[in-house]
Amino acid sequence: MNPADYEYLSNFLLQRSGLSLGAGKEYLLEARLIPLAQSLGFSDIHELVNCLRLGKDKRIEFAVTEAMTTNETSFFRDKKPFDEITSLLKEIIEARSSIKRLRIWCAAASTGQEPYSLTMHLYDQFPFLTSWMFEIVGTDISEKALETARNGIYTQFEVQRGLPVQKLMSCFDHVENGWKIKERLQKPIKYKQLNLLEDFMHLGQFDLILCRNVLIYFRNETKADIVNRFRKQIAGDGFLLLGAAETMLGVSDEFERLREFNSALYRPAVKEAAKK
Amino acid sequence: MKKILLVDDSRAVRLVGTRMAREIGLEPLEAENGQKALDVCRETLDIDVILLDWNMPIMDGLTFLKKLREEDREKQPVVVMCTTENDMPRIIEAMSAGANEYIMKPFTTDIVREKLIETGVI
Repeated sequence: MNPADYEYLSNFLLQRSGLSLGAGKEYLLEARLIPLAQSLGFSDIHELVNCLRLGKDKRIEFAVTEAMTTNETSFFRDKKPFDEITSLLKEIIEARSSIKRLRIWCAAASTGQEPYSLTMHLYDQFPFLTSWMFEIVGTDISEKALETARNGIYTQFEVQRGLPVQKLMSCFDHVENGWKIKERLQKPIKYKQLNLLEDFMHLGQFDLILCRNVLIYFRNETKADIVNRFRKQIAGDGFLLLGAAETMLGVSDEFERLREFNSALYRPAVKEAAKK
Repeated sequence: MKKILLVDDSRAVRLVGTRMAREIGLEPLEAENGQKALDVCRETLDIDVILLDWNMPIMDGLTFLKKLREEDREKQPVVVMCTTENDMPRIIEAMSAGANEYIMKPFTTDIVREKLIETGVI
């Protein structure tokens, strides 16, 4: 890939999605955009970039953004966070026992494995949630990924990644084109297309926000902007889960790390003025 | 090093399984059908895990599994079915017979590794 095309694509993705590639990520662009260029009938990435430069075809802009922002996911990814959020959620659930309302936001829902892992896990741990106003909002920048999430049908490969067979047996039906998550596990989840760079106040307040392996692709100022806006939408006793390799250090002081957990779990920070 | 017994009538699958096992850090043993697998299990009492195909000549995987679970052994190995049988009734049948996990072919090293972690083998 020539340097001018790389620079153009880096700027394009930064403006469109906040994705900050930095230097030396040609392999990533090529891995994702060569197949896309071919499927769109271009001979190579250079032709695709020339088309983007003309700015006339919104579908291609959309397809490039989608190709670069759809990340690998699997059921119960990293496993540990699901165990660790249980004890934190137990406290929140006790605190909400009179209003019987629990709201969770998966801010990078991708193809749905994370929200469905949550419903599988939480219905196991807290079966009474079926009678609560229990809602999971799953958002993602990629409409294509959300379409898969809404359908809730996964291939044989996908259901074997991270999903114990007992869960497969109890939570999925074998259908003609794969494995379909049971309706009762889909019911609490609402999927919406959302670019985290844009306003998300309309989503309301949450007890838990999961935003794993997304901020890592953003510049520090973009990360700060997003997590500071998360703060406004998280309950005072709620918490935020980031990806294992992500940190708030040097990004924002709106949250404090819960050191007793291995996962990147954060609570809204109690500011000095508030303490006094 | 923990021991894994690869039971499959396909030599190619056993070969792939052997490579995967070494990659994961397990010592591979092989058997080409359920009867041979029973013989290996009776000779080698410290097998940790068995990757078990379903459809094989002489003795199929499910029959082997039932016989193995009936045996009075100090150590019952973890059994992961590894088969092209991918219907829910078949999965339930294998799990009821004493399988610990289930892999639908084709599979990758990552899937095998995850299932071995899930069952506490590694």
